[in-house]
Amino acid sequence: MSEHEVTLTINGEKVTRSVEARTLLVHFIREDLSLTGTHIGCDTTSCGACTVLICGKPIKSCTMFAVQADGAEIETIESLAAGGELHPLQEGFWEKHGLQCGYCTPGMIMSAKGFLAENPNPTEDEIRHGISGNLCRCTGYNKIVEAIQYAAEKLQAADAGGE
Amino acid sequence: MPQLDDRKEPHSELAEGVSARVPTTDEVQIKTPEKICGMGHRKKRKEDPRFIQGKGNYVDDVKLPGMLYMDIVRSPYAHAKINSIDASAALEMDGVLAVITGEDLKAAGDLHWMPTLMSDTQMVLPIDKVVYYAQEICAVIATSRYIAADAIEQVYVDYEPLDAVVDPFEAMKDKVIVRDDKEKKTNHIWHWEAGDKAATDAVFKDAATVVKEKLYIPRIHVSSIETCGMVANYNKARSHMQIYMTSQAPHAHRTVFALVSGLPEHKIQIISPDIGGGFGGKVPVYPGYVICAVASLVTGKPVKWIEDRSENLQADSFARDYHIEAEMAADKNGKITGLRVKTLSDCGAADAAANPSKFPAGLYSICTGSYDMKAAHVEVDGVYTTKPPGGVAYRCSFRVTEAVHMIERMADIMAHQLGEDPADYRLKNFIRPDQFPYKSPTGWEYDSGNYEAALKKAMDMIDYRTLREEQKQKRAKGELMGIGISSFTEVVGAGPSKDYDILGIKMFDSAEIRIHPTGKAMARFGTKSQGQGHETTYAQIIAEELGLPSDDIEVEEGDTDTAPYGLGTYASRSTPTAGAAAVMASRKIKAKAKKIAAHLLEVGEGDLEWNIDRFEVKGSPDQAKTIQEIAFAAYTNHPQGMEAGLEAVDYYDPPNLTFPFGSYICVVDIDKGTGEVAIRRFVAVDDCGHIINPLIVEGQIHGGLTMGLAPALYEEIVYDENGQNLTGTLADYLVPTAVESPKWELGKTITPSPHHPIGAKGVGESPTVGAPPAIANAVVDALWHLGVRHIDIPITPPKVWKLLRDNGVTD
Amino acid sequence: MIPAAFDYHSPRSLDEALSLLKQHAGDAKILAGGQSLIPAMRFRLAMPAILIDINRLNDLRYVEERGDHLAIGAMTREHALEDSSVVRRSYPLLHDTAVVIADPLVRNQATVGGNIAHADPANDHPATMLAYNATAVAKGPKGERTIPIDDFFTGLFENAMADDEILIEIRIPKPAANSGGAYTKLERKVGDYAISAAAVQLRLDGDKVAEARIGLTNVSAVPMRAKAAEAELVGKSISDAVVEAAGKAAAAECDPSPDLRGGVDYKRDITRVMVKRSIQRAVARAKGGK
Ligand SMILES: Cc1cc2nc3c(=O)[nH]c(=O)nc-3n(C[C@H](O)[C@H](O)[C@H](O)COP(=O)(O)OP(=O)(O)OC[C@H]3O[C@@H](n4cnc5c(N)ncnc54)[C@H](O)[C@@H]3O)c2cc1C
Ligand code: FES
Ligand code: FES
Repeated sequence: MSEHEVTLTINGEKVTRSVEARTLLVHFIREDLSLTGTHIGCDTTSCGACTVLICGKPIKSCTMFAVQADGAEIETIESLAAGGELHPLQEGFWEKHGLQCGYCTPGMIMSAKGFLAENPNPTEDEIRHGISGNLCRCTGYNKIVEAIQYAAEKLQAADAGGE
Repeated sequence: MPQLDDRKEPHSELAEGVSARVPTTDEVQIKTPEKICGMGHRKKRKEDPRFIQGKGNYVDDVKLPGMLYMDIVRSPYAHAKINSIDASAALEMDGVLAVITGEDLKAAGDLHWMPTLMSDTQMVLPIDKVVYYAQEICAVIATSRYIAADAIEQVYVDYEPLDAVVDPFEAMKDKVIVRDDKEKKTNHIWHWEAGDKAATDAVFKDAATVVKEKLYIPRIHVSSIETCGMVANYNKARSHMQIYMTSQAPHAHRTVFALVSGLPEHKIQIISPDIGGGFGGKVPVYPGYVICAVASLVTGKPVKWIEDRSENLQADSFARDYHIEAEMAADKNGKITGLRVKTLSDCGAADAAANPSKFPAGLYSICTGSYDMKAAHVEVDGVYTTKPPGGVAYRCSFRVTEAVHMIERMADIMAHQLGEDPADYRLKNFIRPDQFPYKSPTGWEYDSGNYEAALKKAMDMIDYRTLREEQKQKRAKGELMGIGISSFTEVVGAGPSKDYDILGIKMFDSAEIRIHPTGKAMARFGTKSQGQGHETTYAQIIAEELGLPSDDIEVEEGDTDTAPYGLGTYASRSTPTAGAAAVMASRKIKAKAKKIAAHLLEVGEGDLEWNIDRFEVKGSPDQAKTIQEIAFAAYTNHPQGMEAGLEAVDYYDPPNLTFPFGSYICVVDIDKGTGEVAIRRFVAVDDCGHIINPLIVEGQIHGGLTMGLAPALYEEIVYDENGQNLTGTLADYLVPTAVESPKWELGKTITPSPHHPIGAKGVGESPTVGAPPAIANAVVDALWHLGVRHIDIPITPPKVWKLLRDNGVTD
Repeated sequence: MIPAAFDYHSPRSLDEALSLLKQHAGDAKILAGGQSLIPAMRFRLAMPAILIDINRLNDLRYVEERGDHLAIGAMTREHALEDSSVVRRSYPLLHDTAVVIADPLVRNQATVGGNIAHADPANDHPATMLAYNATAVAKGPKGERTIPIDDFFTGLFENAMADDEILIEIRIPKPAANSGGAYTKLERKVGDYAISAAAVQLRLDGDKVAEARIGLTNVSAVPMRAKAAEAELVGKSISDAVVEAAGKAAAAECDPSPDLRGGVDYKRDITRVMVKRSIQRAVARAKGGK
């Protein structure tokens, strides 16, 4: 059994903690850092409730050890409205009723954020495949897709405006 | 069986609902302006800001000082004697505080058994034998999740395997007795009947056509994305037990805990915080909950228990598992005349369904569905097997899904058999709008319906006749395309106290509204949202009734210390019961408000009329008092002799259930090479009466449709012959993703419930009930010409492939 | 589900990784993307005493054409294959495969090397690499060696590498002119392991098939080539009958086990269908189609 010191940036804040090697990143985020927006829904890397961005890429934080994140930049759901304003994805999920129980939502939103960063103008089919690593039991996905479309449009408009 | 009486409904003077037999429309009714946002508005949900920012508060988010963690040792056998449990190595580990076994629970006051919601008994922890795979054996309490997980590996259990009995028909032979704790050495639990047997037999004797089919409605699992869990926090000094729990029914659970543990009920507080989906799976009391509470009692510390997904799938309550033999009779004109059904209900190792007490097979006798027929007879037998107990809902009302699947398959088989178009055949056999309220042959009184309006609308939306043409052309080319219809009738809103109770507690529900001096309000309910959006819809109902902006109303549920007693949220009962209670409590408040307004305006009550958010003097509307002004006066200037304040509580006992309905049409294309079924289109027309929030209703329907798709094509809990669960993780239990789930197309008709005070019916589950037969019917429709009459769900590629190859079809 | 405790090392260079591996041979496991290993550890199906995490070896992340082959660094994430323009343009079989492995989140972590080293017949890359006639490059204390893919898979979860070797690269020969390839996979739902899948890479000479290699997924205990099916193609002009014969041959030579994904007969017949569909698409691509 080995303990390791981990230093990483999470939601813009640098943190250093000592962790046991086997500590799953999702437990580290939820328990050591008390950021409980990231959830756990399975033990087989199937549900995506634990999705966070590592260096901009969405991954399942239940299938990575916290030690592996040493030096990484992590973004969780808590980072999105940090400036006090909702992120277009958060807005989209709210506007379009993209959530019911809300349990899958943080993972869904982070997954969509990573997806839109690479595919800013996706088709419906691309969105559906893009979030296929995230399960939602409540919504039937229609409105999640609409929420992501809403955010894509808004983000693109903002980009166009910024140029 | 429910016998509906014409007893006067307790608050009849307030329940000025919608009059009977209101015409069907498709216009959502909106009476309040946007700023009040009462019924009919597409209001964005009030609960969402916390969820989209990761600030929800689910049970696993609860962290208390000094909290310990529990993990559970589970049985690798479905049926085995336990010779011994050796936990000494676990107990020696650093950080392990206790190991709790069945013997410990027994010593603590016979806590090793508990009652199920069906008044059967279930083991909390076993002493001499286990009766299902993954059954709880003992629990380890440790200072961390990780240590607890290590420690369960260090508990050594000596098992002596016994024969498992997995097949319920085998179980009926009583060769292996599952429950030898019972006096009667048999696996047969109960027999239940509805309808008139003699009349039904007579109808079958006279029938021109009879079709028969065996259907299996497989065992499935709700698999809400949040599993179950608890934080139990016993405070010795206060003799007080505080429990955070994934509970759909916190009050009922408090009562069960009080009865089981002997702790006085006022010393138990159950808090059901945000719940990550329930769908019925968070109605039962699982052994883990009881052990966790005991662990906190024993250690005097807060103890957390959070199930792993595999534990959740392997040991928590299942849904369905009905083996059905159905026969349908028709006369020479093809009119359906009768239905005869025999069913074996595989209950697992305990009857732990969550049905109302008098209904061991739930509301299964709704199985005559949307069709007018002379007679029906239904028999169901419950049987024990060595599988986990359950029989809960799966986003559906009590056993209605099974009933609807059966009747919609049978109607389709009959139509095909008679060479009639399945849509036309349904139109010909529907209960007509003028027959409502309709007395069904199994004793139900359907409140309202207009089945042909819904089906015709669905046919228009999907362009049904053109699809039939396309199908003809495709078939000529050897391509396989099918169109399936389901015109279901749901029954929700349990229920009238005369017939409906759970463990003796009547199935009313409650609302308590308090209006503060500044015109803002707090409303508390006995139900518990798990995503249904109660914080928004209840506020909209109150806004509609009292004219307070829905944003000014804080809705709270789930804390038994503060909320009025209620039976919780499942079986689409919240709107029919607690929603109605909200209306009634509002109307009680309004009655008092009128008195205050009369006092303030110095007129008689009879001179006042209500207008959206105020009482106006008839004929001079500028003389008025708004609800806010009245609220202020209720605390500052109320009439002498009247009690101050403006609040009310209502416990609503519905006079009847409500009967939502709808018609779904599904188009599938079948891959002849692989047997895959692709859903090309799916149109769903739902009628749930008056709509409180169309946005939320659409969301509920989409979600229900995907949970209808799931068992139709993907999900099933499978056991091997030894009773081992082969689908115990989400890698093999196939919950659909956004890719499997089609783009649902929705339509609606609105036929209000005549007895509900706002004419609403409940909707969350209709689609789960209605979708599977539409899909199954579409697949069979594509293959009927090959001689295929029926395929059991889930309709997986191997099943279709076999039928194709057996009939000489390949690619 | 919590993994058992282990010691963790995170070498910064390949040499350091190799020396750690040598030091702990037998007790240590390489941690690549972790998308197979960590789930297995959570269920305690794998309980390595020591993990050597090679995720810091950024030198092992590349996808580029070098001379006569495409070189893929073992630590290349699946996602990079999806994204790579050279893969898209010239290695359609590989691209087909990459996009049907697991889901986008898993593909952001999972590595090509891990997928192959794991030697899981349910994984998709083995069949593809067999069809491409790829070469695995392993490095150990004695240096680098190449292992032809035909010799790489030696058993269920077993490969031809020694305990102290690390897979560092996979080389795919550049397809000659008039070549085409395709991967067709049948899944129970998106992102699932295959019920059956077929990787086909072939070269046409006029109307005739000059060369063909076919790999099959999840229908044998060890990732396998469908050699009898290949034999049905080589030297023949493509016709429905030839394609069918190849499909049938594959159905006969594969060796599936019955499980939740289906029975033996089903899997054999689906293998026939997958092989046929891959051949048809490979031929179309060889002729310049998409
Ligand atoms: C939900 C889910 C679905 C999946 N679906 C699919 C699918 O459809 N198709 C598919 O192909 N795969 C699938 N996978 C598996 C995924 O692609 C894995 O990532 C892959 O099998 C292993 O790659 P890895 O980099 O994650 O390796 P790891 O999990 O890190 O390692 C796997 C094994 O290989 C060894 N190893 C790894 N790299 C090396 C190396 N360079 N040298 C020597 N040994 C090494 C490790 O020691 C370990 O024994 C799925 C995984 C998940 C979680
Ligand atoms: S918790 Fe399910 S994928 Fe991570
Ligand atoms: S909103 Fe409940 S799981 Fe997605």
